[in-house]
Amino acid sequence: MSKFIAWIDERLPVTKFVKNHLSEYYAPKNFNFFYFFGSLALFVFILQIITGIFLTINYKPDAASAFASVEYIMRDVEWGWLIRYMHSTGASFFFIVVYLHMLRALMYGSYKKPRELLWLFGMFIFVLLMAEAFMGYLLPWGQMSYWGAQVIISLFGAIPLIGESLALWIRGDYVISDATLNRFFAFHVIALPLLLFAVIYLHIAALHTVGSNNPDGIEIKANKNKDGVPVDGIPFHPYYTVKDIFGLAVFLTIFMFVVFFLPEFGGFFLEKDNFVPADPLKTPEHIVPVWYFTPFYAILRAVPDKLGGVIAMGLAIFVLFLMPWLDRCKVKSIRYRSISYKILLAAFIISFIGLGYIGMKAPTPTLTVLGRLFTIVYFGFFVLLYFTSKNEKTKPVPDRVTMHD
Amino acid sequence: MSDNNNSSNRRNFLTNLTKVMGGVGAVFAAIPFLSTMSPSEKTKMAGAPIEIDVSSIQPGAFKIVEWRGKPVWVVHRTPEMLDKIKNEAGYLADPESNEENQPQYAQNKFRSLKPEYLVLLGVCTHLGCSPLYKPGENKDLGLEWKGGFFCPCHGSKFDLSGRVFKGMPAPTNLEVPPYYFASETKLIVGADEG
Repeated sequence: MSKFIAWIDERLPVTKFVKNHLSEYYAPKNFNFFYFFGSLALFVFILQIITGIFLTINYKPDAASAFASVEYIMRDVEWGWLIRYMHSTGASFFFIVVYLHMLRALMYGSYKKPRELLWLFGMFIFVLLMAEAFMGYLLPWGQMSYWGAQVIISLFGAIPLIGESLALWIRGDYVISDATLNRFFAFHVIALPLLLFAVIYLHIAALHTVGSNNPDGIEIKANKNKDGVPVDGIPFHPYYTVKDIFGLAVFLTIFMFVVFFLPEFGGFFLEKDNFVPADPLKTPEHIVPVWYFTPFYAILRAVPDKLGGVIAMGLAIFVLFLMPWLDRCKVKSIRYRSISYKILLAAFIISFIGLGYIGMKAPTPTLTVLGRLFTIVYFGFFVLLYFTSKNEKTKPVPDRVTMHD
Repeated sequence: MSDNNNSSNRRNFLTNLTKVMGGVGAVFAAIPFLSTMSPSEKTKMAGAPIEIDVSSIQPGAFKIVEWRGKPVWVVHRTPEMLDKIKNEAGYLADPESNEENQPQYAQNKFRSLKPEYLVLLGVCTHLGCSPLYKPGENKDLGLEWKGGFFCPCHGSKFDLSGRVFKGMPAPTNLEVPPYYFASETKLIVGADEG
């Protein structure tokens, strides 16, 4: 066996790779609950690819037969319902996990120097993931698939001059039609997953170059022993592989419970109107995107101008890319930052959840006012952060990580 | 490298020229790929005009037909409806239809060739939902509501001529497609007369 490995290593340094990235890759020893979500996101990505491949085996990307083929998977294909519910539930859990992963970065300043590029790759993954989810949602060809896509593609129509022709080019028809379904299928199953794979690879490569941040927000590489090993680091394998497997077991317990008993999640994961085939001549009474888009959708609706709404929504995502430069505080972790950052972050989280709630509801005058208020808080977070973070009154940061046992 | 200045200049020039030519080639090579995403010839042909018999539409009734995959509405308006349209204006964003959202022959209060027949594209000018026809008075839609079209997506309101109310998400009045009457009862949608 060892001879065989030696033969391989001469041609491809597998052993060295395993050492560099697992058994001798040192991660801070003080990871907490929030550090489960990176590996879980990777797991859900792989799960989506596998369930997706098996769904394409029976799915038909054709406006005349798409809806029926999904019902066929649900009723006639052996275990088809399980694969499909794992895929649809997986989409929602992907966003739950990714939002928590991003919140972790905001709490512990994981986007700060030297991790700016790591954060940018992460944001690209987030944008690709939204495109992937949006296009996947058209494929069942239900009423909400159809009209949701209609609303989102019309957003491009708001761009001056080229807008209408751009929307026409995206749809490939004057309305959402078979042409649109076919191309969304191509993007959903091959183009975007390939891009996602590439950017996830870069995200992890960038992570392994600079090393993980941690809840104390200090650089463990600054304090090494005589062997060059960070004193506050432990090898990723076996310590964190075991931790992540435990986290995965808890995750799968919750995930499979939803798949088995609550796959529609009361209309949040699979909307009721999507059990009706797409009808281009009849809009459902109330169009809402799936829950993970609603915060941005609420921002779109909050602005009483079409182009302005589209710009505000785009800006809400774009401004996150700028976090490493908007936050000028040298201290990374929220543990040692001032009360002002804690208040700002709390207000941001409340506004994000509030917008998510408003985006799900039919527009009423009260909710519109509330939506505008939360939109101001959302953007206010970034503006105030830029001005307050420069001279923030921080607490002293320890030299070594603090362990809580 | 032992190259003298001249030969390294020459090499840089050729390298840069290759980069530029390669870039130009890549841009042109992208055109066929991107063009496959435009509407096909078959799709464009499906945009031909359609014919509607309006004699079957009772006064006050509403009919939806499909043109280019979009809903086209034909409403047979009663004299009472036309009276309401004449009298409202204050809460409309563009009562005179100054925005170019209709052919010239429909740029009037009734936004139609013949006042009794309203022909509209049933697509909200906000984000492309299809509004609902609510001809009667309805307290839920506000005191100004005298019948019209209500978009369920984002709450835009339009009057019985498809004119948008002030302060709505929809930026303009509903679009009027090109149409003409080939005879007293034969309506052609999708082309201008002549």
